[in-house]
Amino acid sequence: MSSITTTPGTGRATNPAPSSRKRRRSRVTAVIGRHPIGMLFVAPYVLFLVTIFAYPLVLAVWISFHDYFFTAPGISVPRPFVGLDNYKTALTDPAVLQSFRNVGVFLVINVPLTVVLALVLAVALNRAVHARTFLRVSFYVPYVTASVAVVAVWLFLFSGDGLVNNLLGPLAPNPSWLVNAKLAMPSIAIFVAWKQLGFFILLYLAALQNVPKELYEAASVDGANAWRSFWSVTVPGVKSATTLVVILAIITGANLFTEPYLLTNGGGPDGASTSPVLLIYQKGIQQQNPDVAAAIGVILVLGVMVISLVNKYVLERD
Amino acid sequence: MKRLSRTLPAATLVVGLGLLSACGGSSGGGTAASDASTVKGPIKIWLSNNTEELGWGKAMVASWNAAHPKEKITAQEIPAGKSSEEVIGAAITAGNAPCLIFNTAPAAVPQFQKQGGLVPLENFKGAVDYLKARSGATLDQYKSADGKHYQIPWKSNPVMIFYNKDIMKKAGVDPANPPLATYDEFLATSRKIVKSGAAPAAIYPAPTSEFFQSWFDFYPLYAAESGGKQLVEDGKATFDDPAGQSVAKFWSTLYAEKLAPNEKYNGDSFADSKAAMSIVGPWAVAVYKGKVNWGVAPVPTSTGKSADQISTFSDAKNVAIYSSCKAQGTAWAVTKFATSKEQDGKLLEATGQMPLRTDLPTAYPDYFAKNPDYKLFAAQAARTVEVPNVSSSIEIWQAFRDEWTKSVIFAKAPVDASMTAAAKKIDELAAQS
Repeated sequence: MSSITTTPGTGRATNPAPSSRKRRRSRVTAVIGRHPIGMLFVAPYVLFLVTIFAYPLVLAVWISFHDYFFTAPGISVPRPFVGLDNYKTALTDPAVLQSFRNVGVFLVINVPLTVVLALVLAVALNRAVHARTFLRVSFYVPYVTASVAVVAVWLFLFSGDGLVNNLLGPLAPNPSWLVNAKLAMPSIAIFVAWKQLGFFILLYLAALQNVPKELYEAASVDGANAWRSFWSVTVPGVKSATTLVVILAIITGANLFTEPYLLTNGGGPDGASTSPVLLIYQKGIQQQNPDVAAAIGVILVLGVMVISLVNKYVLERD
Repeated sequence: MKRLSRTLPAATLVVGLGLLSACGGSSGGGTAASDASTVKGPIKIWLSNNTEELGWGKAMVASWNAAHPKEKITAQEIPAGKSSEEVIGAAITAGNAPCLIFNTAPAAVPQFQKQGGLVPLENFKGAVDYLKARSGATLDQYKSADGKHYQIPWKSNPVMIFYNKDIMKKAGVDPANPPLATYDEFLATSRKIVKSGAAPAAIYPAPTSEFFQSWFDFYPLYAAESGGKQLVEDGKATFDDPAGQSVAKFWSTLYAEKLAPNEKYNGDSFADSKAAMSIVGPWAVAVYKGKVNWGVAPVPTSTGKSADQISTFSDAKNVAIYSSCKAQGTAWAVTKFATSKEQDGKLLEATGQMPLRTDLPTAYPDYFAKNPDYKLFAAQAARTVEVPNVSSSIEIWQAFRDEWTKSVIFAKAPVDASMTAAAKKIDELAAQS
């Protein structure tokens, strides 16, 4: 009986005295796996990822360290390495700093609101209530509706002479919601929370199916009321879904563009709702400064990664 | 470690591929030889999606194609996008721009030129003489920093004040001759309109942050007040002067007294009678015909200059020849055909927009006799101011707009300090270009 054993998953031989041929084979196996045909199957998706995500990301990082602008094919222009100049330009621009602060405000309002509403509504919808399917579809419709169409409805509701102000009468804010520096970003945060809610409810509904019913029964036997049962069974039971919802909500918030572009007409009033992506669009596409725009993009990506990792660590620790 | 041994090669491959491609992106061959300027053949052109312009464009193309079967034009509307300029910029980068675009915004020309996307008209024999003969001194405003011309001045929409006679009457203002010549008169009339409830707003320009919005509030009035100055001249911002400051203070008064709202109206405030006045070009004559009982006046100045002394923003759209064009000889021939006296007359007839010709009122006497509403615009077309032809044009306008919205529209900063800050920023941007 041979004494060769293989570590599961790696294909690496652990024979105390392996031949060089086996060692070589094990190296090849380590790279292409034990079933090379699998590489063939994943190749289209890898190609997609490389073309659509990896290449633009790497190109953006490259652009951010060079003096770069878009040219017609065949036009040769010097694109010197400029080190951190583009990052310096971005980080000393008050508009860029304000846009990051604006996104901070957005995230502080939008993420908790999204998590709480999505979870509460998912729990409610998970129960056998009347017209459950109708309600599920109702929450999902804004998510699948084009932002442009939904923004038009919100403009009708929240403009100065809109329905909401007419209902509020003398209590209506002055200046109105979308031209009020203090209310513009919170209004966008609430709008996005409402629009995305259907998707996050679906995530929670799926997670709720995996919470064992026995836990609720045990909690009931122990005398837990509905709130205690929700807090001690449901919330921990959907923790991994919460991590996902938080991270997706953060990514959505960091990519904010349509709402400040349309709802507050280009990040108004006076830049109070400008988002980094809106600035990337202005600087990169409108003003033809893709190098500075790329630097803002890289900073944004790094920021989102750090916040997401911190959230993952905080939410998933036991 | 196990995971790393798999991830590392993949990541290295991806990063390596990306860097190779990124570095490769900066290389390229030389520019096309100027021989292309004599090449004949079929060409593609893009037209504005404005219905009337499209109608003119199709007729022009049909007329050309009938006479030039070997140099046929294929025309299409500019592809949809957030703006024409972004679509054109992307097409230049991708190398699939058409030969001619009959909707090239002068503000975007310096960028297209920097991208290597435009053909200098000096490449074509006699082109500059042709343009001088057609547009006269106006041509100087379209000369690029390198002394060459990359755009053919085509048509302007000199902006003026349209007013609703019915609202004026309701407010107790003489509808035939409302006092709008000086800032004081304009403000007094505006106060009457709003106070009487005749309309919720006296005037309603878009109070939003887009870089081009200043072309329809500050710039026409600054052109009038300053006697025809551009925003930037000789590499310096011009507007931090008494003329610019007085225009800014005039508008800030309108906003502060809520005579002009600071929230965007989602619709046409003038057509919907939400505003008594509007800053528009001659296109408005056809648009508001039968909908609004309108009158027209020049933009106001602090001293009430006479109409024949007033300059305004041109709101021009031009034609440019794009460097991806193979048959540039045909492109230039089509340009001359499309800007000929005959085709300019047809454009005027179809759209009401003013061809940028020196002899406009005298070249088409029948048209102006038949359409007297356009006479004032035609007279105004002789005194128009274009956006400055500098390479950071759009960044400059955005810098101006940011300070304008902060101080004039939302009163978050003193107007004079904001204008000074905008001028300083624009000086820096102009110096970089």
